[in-house]
Amino acid sequence: MNFDLTEERQMLQDSLRRFLKDRYTTDTRNRIIDSDTGMSDEIWTALAELGVIGALFAEEQGGFGGAGFDISTVFEELGRAGVVEPFLDTAILGGGLIAALGDDAQKQMVEEVIGGGLHLAFAHGEPTSRYDLSRVETSAKSDGDGIVLNGRKAVVVNAEAAGRIIVSARESGDAGDEAGISLFLVPAGTDGMTLRGYPLMSGGRAAEVTLDEVRLPGSARLGAAGAAFPAIAAQVAAANVALAAEAMGAMETAVELTREYLMTRKQFGRPIGTFQALAHRYSDLLIEMEQARSAVINAAGHFADPARERDRHIASARNLIGRVGRLVAEESIQMHGGIAMTQEYELAHIAKRIVMTDHRLGDTDYHLERFIDLSAA
Amino acid sequence: MDLSYSPEEIAFRDEVRAFLDEKLPKDLAEKIRRGGHPDKAEQEQWHAILNVRGWLAPNWPREFGGAEWNAVQRHIFEEECAFASAPRIVPFGLSMLAPVLMKFGSKEQCGHYLPRILDGTDWWCQGYSEPGAGSDLASLKTRAVREGDHYIVNGQKTWTTLGQYADWIFCLVRTDPNVKQQEGISFLLIDMNTPGVEVRPIILLDGTHEVNEVWFTDVKVPVENLVGEENKGWTYAKYLLTHERTNIAGVGFSEAGLASVKRMARAEMSGGKPLAVNPHFAARVAKVEIDLMAMATTNLRIISKAAVGQAPGVEASMLKVKGTIIRQEINDLARRAAGPYAMPFASELVEGDNDPIGPDYAGPVAAKYFNNRKLSIFGGSNEIQRGIIAKVKMGG
Ligand SMILES: Cc1cc2nc3c(=O)[nH]c(=O)nc-3n(C[C@H](O)[C@H](O)[C@H](O)COP(=O)(O)OP(=O)(O)OC[C@H]3O[C@@H](n4cnc5c(N)ncnc54)[C@H](O)[C@@H]3O)c2cc1C
Ligand SMILES: Cc1cc2nc3c(=O)[nH]c(=O)nc-3n(C[C@H](O)[C@H](O)[C@H](O)COP(=O)(O)OP(=O)(O)OC[C@H]3O[C@@H](n4cnc5c(N)ncnc54)[C@H](O)[C@@H]3O)c2cc1C
Repeated sequence: MNFDLTEERQMLQDSLRRFLKDRYTTDTRNRIIDSDTGMSDEIWTALAELGVIGALFAEEQGGFGGAGFDISTVFEELGRAGVVEPFLDTAILGGGLIAALGDDAQKQMVEEVIGGGLHLAFAHGEPTSRYDLSRVETSAKSDGDGIVLNGRKAVVVNAEAAGRIIVSARESGDAGDEAGISLFLVPAGTDGMTLRGYPLMSGGRAAEVTLDEVRLPGSARLGAAGAAFPAIAAQVAAANVALAAEAMGAMETAVELTREYLMTRKQFGRPIGTFQALAHRYSDLLIEMEQARSAVINAAGHFADPARERDRHIASARNLIGRVGRLVAEESIQMHGGIAMTQEYELAHIAKRIVMTDHRLGDTDYHLERFIDLSAA
Repeated sequence: MDLSYSPEEIAFRDEVRAFLDEKLPKDLAEKIRRGGHPDKAEQEQWHAILNVRGWLAPNWPREFGGAEWNAVQRHIFEEECAFASAPRIVPFGLSMLAPVLMKFGSKEQCGHYLPRILDGTDWWCQGYSEPGAGSDLASLKTRAVREGDHYIVNGQKTWTTLGQYADWIFCLVRTDPNVKQQEGISFLLIDMNTPGVEVRPIILLDGTHEVNEVWFTDVKVPVENLVGEENKGWTYAKYLLTHERTNIAGVGFSEAGLASVKRMARAEMSGGKPLAVNPHFAARVAKVEIDLMAMATTNLRIISKAAVGQAPGVEASMLKVKGTIIRQEINDLARRAAGPYAMPFASELVEGDNDPIGPDYAGPVAAKYFNNRKLSIFGGSNEIQRGIIAKVKMGG
């Protein structure tokens, strides 16, 4: 056993942490959140140059990483700084699906993604699918050489910025079947696709995507007809490693801000950290943080396992991170008092990032149920 | 013991219901139900409607124009208002300042200010907290120096809720810096329009402008705006904090909130079935409901005791701690229930007439979850309340 990062990952972590500490200050980030696009092209390009996106892809895909620990290393740092730029959507979900299923022509886009020149979004969830990955009602019907899409996609993160939206649609079977789901690359601005964009609670933007008789050539399909589900499950697994690591990084920031505040804020003539009622709760956070870190390591370390083993560890990590994340967010706010309730204080955004993670790709209860199902012999 | 409402109490409840049904403006209730915040005019409109009926000041004595309800009536009223999505009554003038004036203020002050609180002429805010004086309120530094017929006030208050709407602020100020902290504080009424008063907004983490900083630079305040005696302000401040504790548990809010979570859970689908029958979610809801059923009785037990002349002391602290834990847990359930549709940050959609993004109940849940973290922080944090309970019970 060895719990150290490889030299390359250590370097990536160091440079990413340094860059974000210098360039992604609370002020800068809050300005980005308030902007029309909800992200900074400048930051995006700079991080792409730093290799952040390349680290999320394997060598044969054009990157230099792509393993569970690459993903967790990158996202822990993004989480630590409360980064709102959509690396999860463009790289892990969008880029990852193209890399997994695309033909040679389609795979050209992965290169663009790694270079920072192309944004993607994954339009999968629907208004009533909640966290259910196989509940796809959007339909894809063949029409001569082409395909026609109809349906609605919910809370599609980064849809407005995406040059291509990867839309899941059903070619056969019933809503709830894993078989029969295909993926299609839909260029931004395609007739019949409308976006209703809005900002998100934890920064960044998403859109409701309506597909009304959207006509695509057959070449827009990613992979074989009706067979996309295993690839979706694999990229969602990668995304869950990323989300768990991101939340953990954000939790580290929350706990560190709390430590500093407990030592400096004085009431009744002494630092509030000297009140045992707070000191013990701070200690509890540290204890739980060790658990959180281990859960992320477990998920990242089992990322290359067979799907069932992989998913069981990932479900366990997201469940634990969901529970500890809520504790850390709420306790950090509480121990700060009023100051943590203000938008301009760093913890406010960090706490939102942590808690809102619980609404992406499954909440704490969803992952508990997944864990129970996957643990059953 | 008898847990059921008497016929009179049932009649009262029906009367409140009929009143709300008839008088609570539908569009305002809809706005509150969707998580919106009443603006100043809407708030004043609702106060005026209640005032016409004589229900704006449930706990004031009749001689001052109050309803003088008992604890059960107040509980029924709060419950019905919460279920009907009525705006809450802004408490600063009505249930914070007024009792202090009635007990410690002069006849002139009562005669002047109380009617203006009722008819909405004056909107009050509370100027207690300062950047350096939160839980340790007695360490406050805002200084008032007597010069002839005036006090000259300098300093800063913070977290002043709805100070942007206020005409007046009641403040704790330091009038004697040379004695024990608690003994040099006075209770002063300050007109917000006086030169030298400046209000600066603080935006909270859910994007709302609910609180403010209030700065005082050489503000001239007539001495007749002093309440009671100079340097006795701490006694009055504590009276204010412990006096108005009727709705401290927020049982009505919790009941309405839980009902709304259940409605959401029936509408949301999870794995092809309503979320309401998902065993994990159902267990979460059930646990809170069990706590809340007990809390409702605890609340009535405690406030009905207070009604016959015993001030709720340490029990008020207990109600605050448990009541806020339950309310925050319900906010958390609502957030969970909404699923991915909790993610949109939809303040303009909640406030405006736009179509909601997902189901209409989902819009406000995340914002409310974050905003209501304040419940365990303000009005004496839950840590401070626990300290009080232990101190009282162990005689420390
Ligand atoms: C089954 C058992 C086996 C043991 N075996 C051994 C052994 O092999 N060798 C040995 O040396 N001892 C042993 N102990 C003794 C054990 O170390 C003591 O019980 C322990 O140190 C607590 O001391 P106490 O029982 O006097 O409780 P106290 O110290 O009186 O504590 C009473 C309560 O107050 C709390 N408390 C005390 N101080 C603080 C503080 N500053 N802040 C917050 N809370 C505080 C404690 O946590 C506890 O809840 C054993 C005890 C038990 C029950
Ligand atoms: C939304 C909102 C609205 C508000 N509205 C008003 C208003 O209208 N008027 C007004 O005057 N004030 C208002 N307040 C201020 C509120 O009363 C204070 O926030 C509160 O008293 C806590 O003070 P603080 O924020 O400075 O936290 P601090 O007092 O600095 O506390 C920080 C942490 O330390 C803990 N702590 C402090 N002392 C102890 C101790 N002895 N033992 C254990 N733990 C301790 C606290 O519980 C908290 O967890 C409002 C606050 C908020 C957030």
